[in-house]
Amino acid sequence: MEKEKIIQVKNLTVKYGDHTILDSVSFDVYSGEILVILGGSGCGKTTLLRHMIGLETSFSGSVAIDDEMITDKDESQMFNVFQKIGVLFQGSALIGSMTIGENIALPLQEYANLPQRSIQLLIQTKLASVNLLGFDRHLPSEISGGMKKRAGLARAMALNPRILFLDEPSAGLDPVTSAEIDQLILKINHELSTTIVIITHELASIFKVASRIIMLDKSKKGIIAEGDPNYLKEHSENRLVRRFFNRNPDL
Amino acid sequence: MTDTSRFSPPTRQWLKTGEGNFTLRLAGRLDVNTASAALKTIVPELKIRSPLYLAINIEDIHFFDDFGAVVLFELKKQTEDQKGTAEIIGVHKSTQSILDRITFEPDSNETKQTPRSDNFPERLGEATFKFCSNLGYLLSFFGAVLVAVCHVFRQPKRLRLNDMIFQMEKTGVNALPIVGMISFLLGLIMAFMSSIQLKQFGANIYVASLVALAMISELGPIMTAIIVSGRSGSAFAAEIATMKVSEEIDALFTMGFDPVIFLTIPRLFAAIIVVPILTVLSNLFAITGGLVIGVTMLNLTTGSYISQSVEAITLFEILWGLFKSIVFAVLIAWTGCLRGFQARGGASAVGNAATSAVVSSIFLIILFDSVFAVIRSYWW
Ligand SMILES: Nc1ncnc2c1ncn2[C@@H]1O[C@H](COP(=O)(O)OP(=O)(O)OP(=O)(O)O)[C@@H](O)[C@H]1O
Ligand SMILES: [Mg+2]
Repeated sequence: MEKEKIIQVKNLTVKYGDHTILDSVSFDVYSGEILVILGGSGCGKTTLLRHMIGLETSFSGSVAIDDEMITDKDESQMFNVFQKIGVLFQGSALIGSMTIGENIALPLQEYANLPQRSIQLLIQTKLASVNLLGFDRHLPSEISGGMKKRAGLARAMALNPRILFLDEPSAGLDPVTSAEIDQLILKINHELSTTIVIITHELASIFKVASRIIMLDKSKKGIIAEGDPNYLKEHSENRLVRRFFNRNPDL
Repeated sequence: MTDTSRFSPPTRQWLKTGEGNFTLRLAGRLDVNTASAALKTIVPELKIRSPLYLAINIEDIHFFDDFGAVVLFELKKQTEDQKGTAEIIGVHKSTQSILDRITFEPDSNETKQTPRSDNFPERLGEATFKFCSNLGYLLSFFGAVLVAVCHVFRQPKRLRLNDMIFQMEKTGVNALPIVGMISFLLGLIMAFMSSIQLKQFGANIYVASLVALAMISELGPIMTAIIVSGRSGSAFAAEIATMKVSEEIDALFTMGFDPVIFLTIPRLFAAIIVVPILTVLSNLFAITGGLVIGVTMLNLTTGSYISQSVEAITLFEILWGLFKSIVFAVLIAWTGCLRGFQARGGASAVGNAATSAVVSSIFLIILFDSVFAVIRSYWW
């Protein structure tokens, strides 16, 4: 695999008040890979993700997407970057006053510039890919939490972005659906060579989809392990990492 | 891979293979970035040729996704609209799997909107039914609040005193500047306007009684109630509605709290305590406003203005005004909390709750005020 760096994070330090969440974190994401970010609850995964997509401004360090520094861009310049990325938020973030179909149609109508018939067809296709066919007229408040996650995923990938950011895509899903989401992620990655950054805790899905992982830790406020999960599981020098992958607190 | 190649539409090659038979060879990218441009160029070319049979060869498409598939689908449809048939050929195995996902018909037009009856009587009936059930909910919520009040009186421990004090601060203390300013200006304006008329009769001194009387028995309670309803009634509704849509109320319920006692009672009691106090202060501010006009423009002395004001008002008027303001306070807290609890759905439900809380509380305030006015005029 050619190793083109699509996201570069350098010396990212994040503080909320006096509280340092991330301390000088640096890593790269390579084009076409599936990178899984993991770590205990509250260790700053969502925070890291929000900084990678330029939603936060108060920090030091730099983030570049596709060789474009996003850290010194203002809002209007960010729109170029936003066209390249799709984001699934931890809380799904569907627009509550619009139906599921309208939520997915929103980016399509704004940017795809296609006839109405084609857009309808695309909506159905996207819904089918997350197993939500027939729910396009439901409001977000009328579907379950796991369904919201899937609808959010469909919206995130509506425009086939080059980079997908998924914050816990399989949280709240049953094992079968969650495995289907894994398959979908692999399929998107394979067919469209989409770069995918995922936050997840599901061991099964980590081993299945991850090309590479980075593991964050609360006490170190940064990365404690980076690499192939299968290798780290057996050979990591860090006890925390082996504990996590072997699901064994006593290791 | 440069960005320009990423956005350039596929190259096209039309071949005439017979009378009305065409083959369209596409090469390059047919994906999310090029779909729109591809359609825009191909559709006119298709319209000119209007083929009876069209073969779309996508052998040389090296980048394809579901947007591309939709473009092919649209071309097929367009051909069929012109009474032709179209076929897609040269499909790779990987492309086929993408095409397979788009085999169903979009249910575009027929079920677009939920059927809404245009029949006037039917809609009138629906609206009436909705109004009545709304009224029913209004009353049953009032009942629930009364029950909650009884509970709290029996077990005063269940009253969340800290919450109540917090609400009193938010509803009362923080409203004082705006209530004070509006009342002061109102007094000023009233005195000024009435003085224009009263001056002609040399009855300047009656400006004082007019301002005092109008404020204490009518305007004070009404103005204060409307301001509080706009400030706090909407806040009650928005806060409770947010809790409702994010399942916080259900959480309270499952923890064994009665949401009505937990949320409504502190707000209700806070309103009942602070609205009359605000009303009294509002009256004082208005009288001060009138006094400023009286002293500066009407040659009245401060002493005479005040003594005239005091003479005009009776204890009954004061109590009547206070009684009304207590009723208004109940209306504000009641509708505010009610609309909050009624909210259902997402963020827009919160906005609707706040709006309808203010609208219905102001409506009820005016309605009750009119009823009081009628009662009073028949009572005398
Ligand atoms: N807006 C904020 N203000 C202050 N602190 C914050 C803010 N957002 C996050 N934090 C803190 O940052 C830390 C990391 O939060 P974050 O949401 O990134 O966790 P996470 O790793 O995504 O956890 P989870 O797996 O539970 O989602 C937490 O300790 C949290 O308290
Ligand atoms: Mg998180």
